[in-house]
Amino acid sequence: MIGFRTLLIKEIMRFWKVSFQTILAPLVSTLLYLVVFAHVLSTHADIYPGVSYGVFLIPGLMMMAMLQNSFANSSSSLIQSKVTGNLVFVLLTPLSELEFYWAYVVAAMVRGMIVGTVVLFTALFFFKLPFENPGWILLFGCLSTIIASTLGIIAGIAAEKFDQMAAWQNFIILPLTFLSGAFYSISSLASPWDMISRFNPFLYMIDGFRYGFFSHSDVSPWLSLFIVGSVCVILLWVTLSILKSGWRLRG
Amino acid sequence: MIPAIEIRGAEKRFDHLLALNSVNLTIEQGEFFALLGPNGAGKTTLINLLSGLSRPSAGYLRVMGHDVVHDYKEARRNLGVVPQELVFDPFFSVRETLRIQSGYFGIQHNDDWIDEILSNLQLSDKAESNMRTLSGGMKRRVLIAQALVHRPPVIVLDEPTAGVDVELRQTLWRFIKRLNQDGHTILLTTHYLEEAETLCNRIAILKKGNLIKLDTTANLLKDSASGSLEEVFVSIMQEGVESTS
Ligand SMILES: Nc1ncnc2c1ncn2[C@@H]1O[C@H](COP(=O)(O)OP(=O)(O)OP(=O)(O)O)[C@@H](O)[C@H]1O
Ligand SMILES: [Mg+2]
Repeated sequence: MIGFRTLLIKEIMRFWKVSFQTILAPLVSTLLYLVVFAHVLSTHADIYPGVSYGVFLIPGLMMMAMLQNSFANSSSSLIQSKVTGNLVFVLLTPLSELEFYWAYVVAAMVRGMIVGTVVLFTALFFFKLPFENPGWILLFGCLSTIIASTLGIIAGIAAEKFDQMAAWQNFIILPLTFLSGAFYSISSLASPWDMISRFNPFLYMIDGFRYGFFSHSDVSPWLSLFIVGSVCVILLWVTLSILKSGWRLRG
Repeated sequence: MIPAIEIRGAEKRFDHLLALNSVNLTIEQGEFFALLGPNGAGKTTLINLLSGLSRPSAGYLRVMGHDVVHDYKEARRNLGVVPQELVFDPFFSVRETLRIQSGYFGIQHNDDWIDEILSNLQLSDKAESNMRTLSGGMKRRVLIAQALVHRPPVIVLDEPTAGVDVELRQTLWRFIKRLNQDGHTILLTTHYLEEAETLCNRIAILKKGNLIKLDTTANLLKDSASGSLEEVFVSIMQEGVESTS
C-alpha cells in the first residue's frame, strides 16, 4: 500500500509542480470555448425546456476538459519517463501491475477532476446550473476519467516517441471528444451522423454526465451507464494484460 | 547457504541477435564479483534480466533464491541496481528522489539511512538541490544512492565509476567495500580493469553473449607474465578470436 501511495503522490506532484501548464492552460482554453459558443449561440432556442444553450454547454465542456486532461496526464507522464529513461526507477521496484495501473489512473483522474471542478465553479459565476442527480454526475465523472486515464496509459506504453503520442491525441482523443455531443444534442443531428455518433463511447459519458445535471438526456442514463461501465472493464482488462506481458516496458 | 545470484541457461534474443547464449553463473553471498567484457558483450543485458527490466528468452535467474519472473517482488526487494545509463527525474530534488524510491519499496521515514548514504557519497550538501542542477558525476552518485535506499543484500553496479573523478572513485569504493564487509554481495561491471583486480575476489568474462571465463582473481593473475589483469583480459579476448575463426 505504501508503494502504491508513493507512486500516486509522485504522479500528483509531477503535474502539480507545473500546474501553470497542466491546470491553468486547459482551464483558460475551456473557458474560452464557453464564452465564445455561449455568446455566439445565445439566441439559439433552448435545448431542453428551460435549458439555454450556454447552460447546456457547461457539462459537455467540463467532461471534455476532464477527458483530455486525464488522458494527457497518464500518457505524457509515461512517455516522458520512457524517453528520459527514469521509468526504470519504478520498474525496478516490487510494485505490482495493479498498483502501477491504479497509481497512474488515480493521479490522472485527480488532474481531470481539478480542471473540471474549476471549470464548473467559474461557470457558476455566469450561469445558473441545476444539479438534479449529483450521484450520476459523480459516477459518470469517475468512470469517464478512468477510461481516459486508461487510454492514456495504453498510449503511453504503445508510443515510442513524442510524435506518436501527438498522433494519439490528435487522431483519436480529440475527434472522439469533439464528436461526442459536447457542443450539441445528437438528436439535432441529421442522418446518418446521429447513427454514426452512437458508436462513439464518449457520447455516453457526456450524455450520462449531463443527465446528472438536467435529468434530461438523449439516451437512457442506464444504457449510458451500461456502455460506459463495460468500456471501463474491457479497458482495465486490456491494460492489465499489457502490463503483465511486459510489452514495450520490459523488453 | 542460498546463493546470492543463481543464473541457469539464461538466454536473451533480440530478433536475430543472440545477446546472451545460455549463461550459467552462481555468485555466493558475500562475494565481490566482477562481470567483465568488451562493449556489447551482454553485461547490461544480463543485469537487465536479473532486475526484471527485461525478460529471459530461456532459462531462469534467482536472487537470494527468488525467481526474478515468478517471485519478482521478493527478488527485487533483495536487489539494488545502479543502471549504466545516467537517468534522473528532473521534477525532484535529491532528497525527494530518495524518499520516493524508499516509498516504492514500502519504506517510510527513511531519512536516517538516506542521510547516511548521502554523507558516504559526499552528497549531503546537495540533498535539497534539484536533480537537474547536478553535474554528471553527482547524478551518477544519486543513482547509486537510489539503489541502496532499501538496504538490498545484493547490489549490482553497472559501470558505477564512469564519469566519476578520481578522488570520488576512491571514496565510492571505500563505501562499497564497507557494504561488502557488512555482508552485502556486490556484482560489478567496469572497463577499469584495475578496479576489478583490486576489489573483486572472482571474475567472469563475457564475450558476444558467451561466458568464456570464470575464475578467482588470483587464479587469473597467476597465468599472466606481468601479473596485470589487463594483459590477461587482452590475451583471453585474442584466444576467443582464434577459436571462433
Ligand atoms: N533492446 C535491445 N534491442 C536490440 N538489441 C539490443 C538491445 N539491448 C542490447 N542489445 C544488443 O545486445 C548486445 C549486448 O548489449 P549490452 O548492452 O548487454 O552490452 P554491454 O556488455 O553492457 O556493453 P557496454 O560495455 O558497452 O555497456 C549488443 O549487441 C546490443 O546491441
Ligand atoms: Mg553495458
